[in-house]
Amino acid sequence: MPNTREIQLQVNGDVRRVTVFPMARLLDVLREDLKLTGTKEGCGEGECGACTVLIDGQIVNSCLIPIAQVNGAEITTIEGIAREQDLHAVQQAFIDHGGAQCGICTPGMVIAAVNLLERKPNPTEADIRNGLAGNLCRCTGYMKIFESVVQACKK
Amino acid sequence: MRAYIPDYQIVSPNSLAAALALLQREPDIWKPFAGGTDLMVLLESGNLPHRNYIDIWNLAELRGVNINDSHVTLGALTTYTEVQSYDVLGQEFPMLLQAASETGGLAIQNRGTLGGNIVNASPAADSPPALLAYDAELELTCATGARWVPYYTFHTGYKQMDLRANKLQTRIRLPRHSQANLHYYHKVGTRKAQAISKVCFAATARLSGDRLDEVRLAFGSVAPIPLRCVKTEARLRGHQLDQSLIEEAIAELRTEITPIDDIRSTQNYRLRVAQNLLIDFLTSTA
Amino acid sequence: MSAHPLGKAIPRKEGRKKVTGQALYVDDLTFPGMLHGVTVRSPVARGHIKQISFANSIPWDEFTIITAKDIPGYNYVALILNDQPYLADRVVNHPEEPVVLLAHHDKYLVEEARRQVKIEIEQLPAVFSLEESLDQKQIIWGEDNVFKKFLVDKGNVDTAWARADIIVEGEYETGAQEQLYIENNGAIAVANEKDGVTVWGSMQCPYYIHKALVKLFNFPADKIRVIQTETGGGFGGKEEYPSMIAGHAALLAWKSGKPVKMIYDRAEDMVATTKRHPSRTRHKTAIDKEGKLLAQEIDFVIDGGAYCTLSPVVLSRGTIHAAGPYYCPNVRISSRAVATNLPPQGAFRGFGAPQSIFALERHMDKVAQEAGLSPEEFRRRNFIHEGETTATSQIIHERVDMDQLLTRALDLSDYHVKRQRFAAENANSVSRIKKGIGFASFMHGAGFTGSGEVYLQSVVGAEATAEGRVKILAASTEIGQGTNTIFSQIASEALGVDYNLIEVVQPDTANVPNSGPTVASRTSMVVGKLVESAVLGLKQTLIGSGSLPQNYSSADFQRACSEHIAKFGPLKSSSTYQPPPNVFWDDDKYQGDAYGAFAWAVYVAEVSFDELTYEAHINDFVALQEVGRVINPTLASGQIEGGVAQAIGFTLFENVVWQNGRMVNNQMTNYIIPTPADIPPIRVYFEENPYAYGPGGAKGIGELPMDGAAPAILNAIEQATGVSFTRVPLMPEMLLEGFAK
Repeated sequence: MPNTREIQLQVNGDVRRVTVFPMARLLDVLREDLKLTGTKEGCGEGECGACTVLIDGQIVNSCLIPIAQVNGAEITTIEGIAREQDLHAVQQAFIDHGGAQCGICTPGMVIAAVNLLERKPNPTEADIRNGLAGNLCRCTGYMKIFESVVQACKK
Repeated sequence: MRAYIPDYQIVSPNSLAAALALLQREPDIWKPFAGGTDLMVLLESGNLPHRNYIDIWNLAELRGVNINDSHVTLGALTTYTEVQSYDVLGQEFPMLLQAASETGGLAIQNRGTLGGNIVNASPAADSPPALLAYDAELELTCATGARWVPYYTFHTGYKQMDLRANKLQTRIRLPRHSQANLHYYHKVGTRKAQAISKVCFAATARLSGDRLDEVRLAFGSVAPIPLRCVKTEARLRGHQLDQSLIEEAIAELRTEITPIDDIRSTQNYRLRVAQNLLIDFLTSTA
Repeated sequence: MSAHPLGKAIPRKEGRKKVTGQALYVDDLTFPGMLHGVTVRSPVARGHIKQISFANSIPWDEFTIITAKDIPGYNYVALILNDQPYLADRVVNHPEEPVVLLAHHDKYLVEEARRQVKIEIEQLPAVFSLEESLDQKQIIWGEDNVFKKFLVDKGNVDTAWARADIIVEGEYETGAQEQLYIENNGAIAVANEKDGVTVWGSMQCPYYIHKALVKLFNFPADKIRVIQTETGGGFGGKEEYPSMIAGHAALLAWKSGKPVKMIYDRAEDMVATTKRHPSRTRHKTAIDKEGKLLAQEIDFVIDGGAYCTLSPVVLSRGTIHAAGPYYCPNVRISSRAVATNLPPQGAFRGFGAPQSIFALERHMDKVAQEAGLSPEEFRRRNFIHEGETTATSQIIHERVDMDQLLTRALDLSDYHVKRQRFAAENANSVSRIKKGIGFASFMHGAGFTGSGEVYLQSVVGAEATAEGRVKILAASTEIGQGTNTIFSQIASEALGVDYNLIEVVQPDTANVPNSGPTVASRTSMVVGKLVESAVLGLKQTLIGSGSLPQNYSSADFQRACSEHIAKFGPLKSSSTYQPPPNVFWDDDKYQGDAYGAFAWAVYVAEVSFDELTYEAHINDFVALQEVGRVINPTLASGQIEGGVAQAIGFTLFENVVWQNGRMVNNQMTNYIIPTPADIPPIRVYFEENPYAYGPGGAKGIGELPMDGAAPAILNAIEQATGVSFTRVPLMPEMLLEGFAK
């Protein structure tokens, strides 16, 4: 008898039900069961932040969350950041100011930046560095990510 | 992702009483699972042999802060983000705030808990030195009752602790109105954020004139456990703080801590930096 | 959108996909009936495989299992020397060498199964460092452990020592570095005898994989198809390595008859794939009493790991860059790439140059000191000028003014004021923070060395649609550096049509010609030029057929395409690489025109050193480079910023910890790259001196930023600490050893 159970969660505003192993990572449930592949795996250790999502308004590393613990939770992934055709100011700023290069860290980085601006609408440079400290990028050297966040604040 | 996920079980009792009852019935079968920031890393690398967990993340009884005349009491599930949000901690226990802000990054801080950090028992953990320096006490609870123990006696060896299989670590309390007028916390990590410490130092003391009283010195990453340096404290306590006392304290420290070479750093580096931090603390009081 | 986009900060063409999570990387794809593949690897460094056993606890009949004997074609990864097997057969030569492949539809079970395969090996003595390899007490490869050697011999070094007023020697070392692209290596394969092999994957060079699979399966070229998926960073780590994982996925697909996905997790990617070659450089330098270089003798050795892979080419680039942007009449560079029982090293941005330039620019500060000159003055007396020859006797035919570049970089960084102020503060202040400022001056040659580009015979295609859209067909991959955008800008500019009409086709060997690998800083400079000429071919055809007048608008162009195609059928053009004239390279003597163009640079680092914790932090970084022409300022500065950040990691953070030939800190927790909290402000400045054979005058810049940071930082740390450090990575533990003696 497989050790699966039904989990219900709200993802990007939609109620979703999945039958999964209780210790399956939220990251895998999002990517494989819910086909939301925007959230990425970079390390599987909670170090790189590529798997960042929002749970009940807080950023978390979805590679470190067993699905059983988020039964009933509200999850926002990168797919839920834009409103239909309208990009979030952070997303538009990343396009306009070179915040994305290879793009693999970008979904997690955008989620962290969106959350930062919700918590601190006028962040200082230290706030930005701190708010994004758990999101690693190997391509940009972070300069244009910081610039993108600064420009997004102005919108 | 190396673990064989189908073999793992996690159950979510809806109250602390239910969780404790389960632990009482089957103490060696179940272990508690809090924020997951340590356990999931072990799981993913294929190094989590234990299979059955009680999800305690949603137990409200393990959250929150209580302030009375004598103590500030935190639920074991207080996250690092919550620690940073409590004004009373900023005012009276600033090292705990500093430790929380230097643990991982925000995503880790939103999930990592003080209780989880304590029972994970890594000697490199960031909050324990601050808790030791603040004379923290831990509540250990089972289905039949609870008791408080000084945190300083909790760790008995590398990853060994005074916690029976049928118990949960439920609350942490910090005695208020300490006479200390000095706080010093310094974590030396592998980088400025998202870093495991190479040396971590927390100290409190009361300086009366040029005499040091109420000294508490605690280190991380220089022993198999988060270490209160009671011998070095004794060497300092009640004496005039001058150059020769500092030298004596350093000599005592060198015998009390036992740093090692490992994947992150060297014995020599840890020994030297630990001494430098103690000297910096003692000389900064002048 | 402008019809003159060259030089403008056009936003990244695929930007929207990336910021919305819609870009599809290989692990985002699933195929019906897909299996998951894993690799079982050698637990030890060297020995004879005695037995492979499969524990009873796994239902092996449900699995696809591949060992060396199952390989249909040749069991080697076709590259340069073809010495690296796809699967170890009777011997293993490095820890984590692939031995067995498994596939199953259950991704959890396949990991459990991986644990239940035991490979018993009778160990042989192994070699774990380049020193041990050079000692030759244990021969582990060929006759003498040497993959390749080079000798550059200019003038007469041996007679110069006698004339010298001062001779300065030094030895410098660099450690391994992991590329740490945030997307791990991955591939999906479909294969059968009838249709051949198709592989999708994260890669830099589709045609490298194609060439390797042709040999692995012994299939004709048209039965192998390689398709690049969106790639999450490469930096060289996906130049040659993907041939291995693609072949493994393909073998499993071929035997199982099902699609097979193979994705490494971070631990596997770090422990098993290529890294930057560790190096040791010895300098012996003769100067006269004016501080002018009389002779440079350089011995450069790199550790290639267990198999040859690209070591000869890494060695080549490191050798040619070893003597730097200086004029010296007598230069001897002898270099060797040697074998050890480490996993094979491979391409990483800079490709030998960061190693040899680190040694050079540290040494130049030392020589300056012995000469009684400032680091600046010593460089000024020795910079190469137009008309003078490099170490390989290449005459510099462009206007180069390193003097002015140095002046500007020192100005931008406030070097003189700070150098003086720090000297005074360090001596007099009781602060536990000591400061220093230092620089490095260097050059970087773009494109393949010598006759390499001629050998590659790169081809780019262009095709117009009936709607007047222009498709660019090239094997050059977008890996974050901006290929799609740059090619579109070049094509739009050359044709004078709307930027949005240009489309860069997904690199797929069934559809695009071989424009060469996406490496060596060649994509904009060499391939971009071919993009330009390929689209100009379309224009010529349209004008020639009377469909298009000499002066036209974007809309005219679209109409002309429609008309032409209706009348004459498909409208295509192709362009093949032609070398610039008067470029001569002698491969035997290792002499002549090594590169079509050099970019020139001066980098300045300001550091503070904490005597309490022995940590060095960078407070400010200035990166100034002359790059021919900046095609896109956002992309260009993005390349420099990213490269400098990686170089900062190389210098102060990234330490590979080896134990018996195996990387033991193969987790992101313990292999440290800088976070947003660690990186200093990186201030980037460009100068332009157009290179005639680059599109719009552009030179290649992708690797240049990797060269200058390490020596600049250590030069600064020398001022801060008073100690000369000669090895990177320079960790606080090593700073302690040097400082607190």
